[in-house]
Amino acid sequence: MKYLTLAAGLLGASAAIAETPVLTVYTYDSFVSDWGPGPQIEKAFEENCACDLKFVGMGDGAALLARLKLEGARSDADVVLGLDTGLIAAAKDTGLFTETSVSADYALPITWDDAVFAPYDWGYFAFVHNTDMTPPTNFKALGESDVKIVIQDPRSSTPGLGLMMWVKDAYGDEAEAIWQGLADNVVTVTKGWSEAYGLFLEGEADMVLSYTTSPAYHIIAEEDESKAAAVFDEGHYMQVEVAGRLANSDQPELAEAFLNFMVSDVAQSILPTTNWMYPAVMPSGGLPKGFEALVQPENARLIPAAEVPAIRDAALQEWLGALSQ
Amino acid sequence: MARRVVAMRHAAGIGAAILVAALVLAALLAVMSRAEPGAGFLRSDWAAVRFTVWQAVLSSMISTLLAIPVARALARRRFAGRTLLVTLLGAPFILPVIVAVLGLLTVFGRSGWMNQLLGLVGLPEVSIYGLHGVVLAHVFFNLPLATRLILQGWQSIPAERYRLAAQLRLGPRAIFLTLEWPLLRQVVPGVAALIFVICLTSFAVALTLGGGPRATTLELAIYQAFLFDFDLSRAALLSLVQLVLAGGAALVALWIIPSISLGGGQDRTLQRWDARGGVQRARDGAVITLAALFLLLPLAAVVLRGVAGLAKVPVAVWHAAGLSVFVAVISVLTLCLLALPMAGWIASRQRGGVEAIGLLGLSASPLMIGTGWFILINPVMNPSDLALPVTALVNALMALPFALRILVPRLRDTLADFGRLSVSLGLQGWPLWRWVILPRLRAQLGFAAGLTGALSVGDLGVIALFADQERATLPLQMYRLMGAYRMEAAAGAALILLALALGIFWLCDRGGRWHAES
Repeated sequence: MKYLTLAAGLLGASAAIAETPVLTVYTYDSFVSDWGPGPQIEKAFEENCACDLKFVGMGDGAALLARLKLEGARSDADVVLGLDTGLIAAAKDTGLFTETSVSADYALPITWDDAVFAPYDWGYFAFVHNTDMTPPTNFKALGESDVKIVIQDPRSSTPGLGLMMWVKDAYGDEAEAIWQGLADNVVTVTKGWSEAYGLFLEGEADMVLSYTTSPAYHIIAEEDESKAAAVFDEGHYMQVEVAGRLANSDQPELAEAFLNFMVSDVAQSILPTTNWMYPAVMPSGGLPKGFEALVQPENARLIPAAEVPAIRDAALQEWLGALSQ
Repeated sequence: MARRVVAMRHAAGIGAAILVAALVLAALLAVMSRAEPGAGFLRSDWAAVRFTVWQAVLSSMISTLLAIPVARALARRRFAGRTLLVTLLGAPFILPVIVAVLGLLTVFGRSGWMNQLLGLVGLPEVSIYGLHGVVLAHVFFNLPLATRLILQGWQSIPAERYRLAAQLRLGPRAIFLTLEWPLLRQVVPGVAALIFVICLTSFAVALTLGGGPRATTLELAIYQAFLFDFDLSRAALLSLVQLVLAGGAALVALWIIPSISLGGGQDRTLQRWDARGGVQRARDGAVITLAALFLLLPLAAVVLRGVAGLAKVPVAVWHAAGLSVFVAVISVLTLCLLALPMAGWIASRQRGGVEAIGLLGLSASPLMIGTGWFILINPVMNPSDLALPVTALVNALMALPFALRILVPRLRDTLADFGRLSVSLGLQGWPLWRWVILPRLRAQLGFAAGLTGALSVGDLGVIALFADQERATLPLQMYRLMGAYRMEAAAGAALILLALALGIFWLCDRGGRWHAES
């Protein structure tokens, strides 16, 4: 047995010297698809790292975290990319992440001072509608109108969670009343963003919860200017997408280099037209053409990551109560 | 009733049944082993149980009741394109949920064909969302299954009986009471129970068309417990509730099914002398037309939109399609290895209670099975490397109850008819299967294999938990297209998915009935 172990150790060691190091990055599905940022990011990073960057895509941000908890300290992942501020507290609770020294001149509407997670892009949640209608300008007006909306379940998707926090942050104790007002506007609640957006494009609803940057896809990729995002005067809740590295990574330097790369000019100029979000750091070339047509909320809302879990549980009960009647 | 002469060896069947039970229970135990004290059973979970049961009761009753006239009409009529129609009518059941929902919306949705029609004649629009939307979608999915199962049963009545009935000048009503009613009593409870179990574990349908938290099903509660709260103890508890509920329902239903043997026949073409009248003909025609419209219009919608998007489908989708076919083939082979010995064992017993073991795979949450196996595999190797075999195995488990429902009645009759002869000829084991059972089971086996392959092609349960991007199957790739706003390309992918599911089903089903009257 001892010899076997020794031999295995030697083999393992020589293999490690001979092979190029592999950096494994767990992320959500749409990031790694051919039409997402994954392929371009991978090519650009591998040009200088003398390594093999391997993206592993799984579900959305919530599924990503569940997978990580399932694998625990045995995980192959060196970096996790695709959590958001709603999940940061839960991610830190796992104790699997370690601090990073990444810093940049962030173009976020808020100051970023998280020692563990580095933001790589962000967006405002907003209701997207066809330009042939005049959208309501806040949640109260929406609740009083007969505008039909499709939203996502906060129990299974990050946009759904974002909307719930948006209403809670804007209205506090009044949030339940707001949801009761919205109940008859909600056509249906879907599991994830894809189903909801699909229903909206099918004409099943007048508006869908998405991002202010969603119309950019239609404008730039499809030259279709019939979609716009409604500006609400309560302000808009933000989603900041973040990446962090794992304490058990066997490639800590590469992982740190990758996090730095994600806020570099190269990566940041890839993201807007592949992930359809705002870059976390303004690229030297500015935003791509088409983004200037997007609406700009005046007021950015975000509940600090550490406060999310407590608020989420209470808000979920209100949400359930209002919509199950 | 005298004990049937049994020529069947039981070891393989018992082994397969134990394996199935072990695979499901191991997953449950694995999840429980990792569970820490969690939130326990919440009040909202009880609401989920109530909604789940209620919609499943409605869906299974409506699907089964509507299927009886449709199956009767199809059993009594021969017309050009009947085989194609029977195959196409099977399509909704094997459609991936997201594809079917898009098709249903094009027809019944807010700006769908039906509402446009209603608008033209000045009627108010109808909404597809809420309990009735869930039930509508479930009937769309399960009416074809119920029809096929009842039709198979109908056609197992020997032609000689109808000949005798015709000689006795029995009218349609008398024939219904003497020949068809006993058969329905045998087949229908099992069909209803099966659909009840399928609808109990419904998840994506209820979530999309339910309209909101009112329509939370157990499966969604399980999904949420796993993926969002990562509360494994609550997830295990909910999975257990689902297992007991669905498994228990199936058991009860199976025990009340009377064991009727139909006696020997000569496998001849089914001719109906009683239903040649004009009224009968017109009524059957109307029933078939209505069912075809209800089931085929949404499919037509998928095809119409898909053709437009086909040009925009990226290469990755074709690669994923290849992987999906691979998974389907493994799934079908696994199913045959599990289902045939189990069916042999069950068929040679007096009562069908053992069939409930087959239902374990369906009553268990795929997410629970997937997570459990993930926990078991993870210490040994990278679960992603096993993504495709595990998906194929889980798909085979899901399809097992359908396969048993299809195989067992025919196998039971075959054993009743040929058991004595086989014993006296000393036929046992493989020769018994080769010469007696398989030739008579061919149509049913082809149907079962077709269902498994098609369901497997469209599966989006386990693969999502295990796969990385190199092992993405077609449904996963379709979701990725939607996630990247490529709705037209996704519609193209949906069409490919529809074509694959139908193609696999047709190949197996047709293969089984080649040179044989179904």
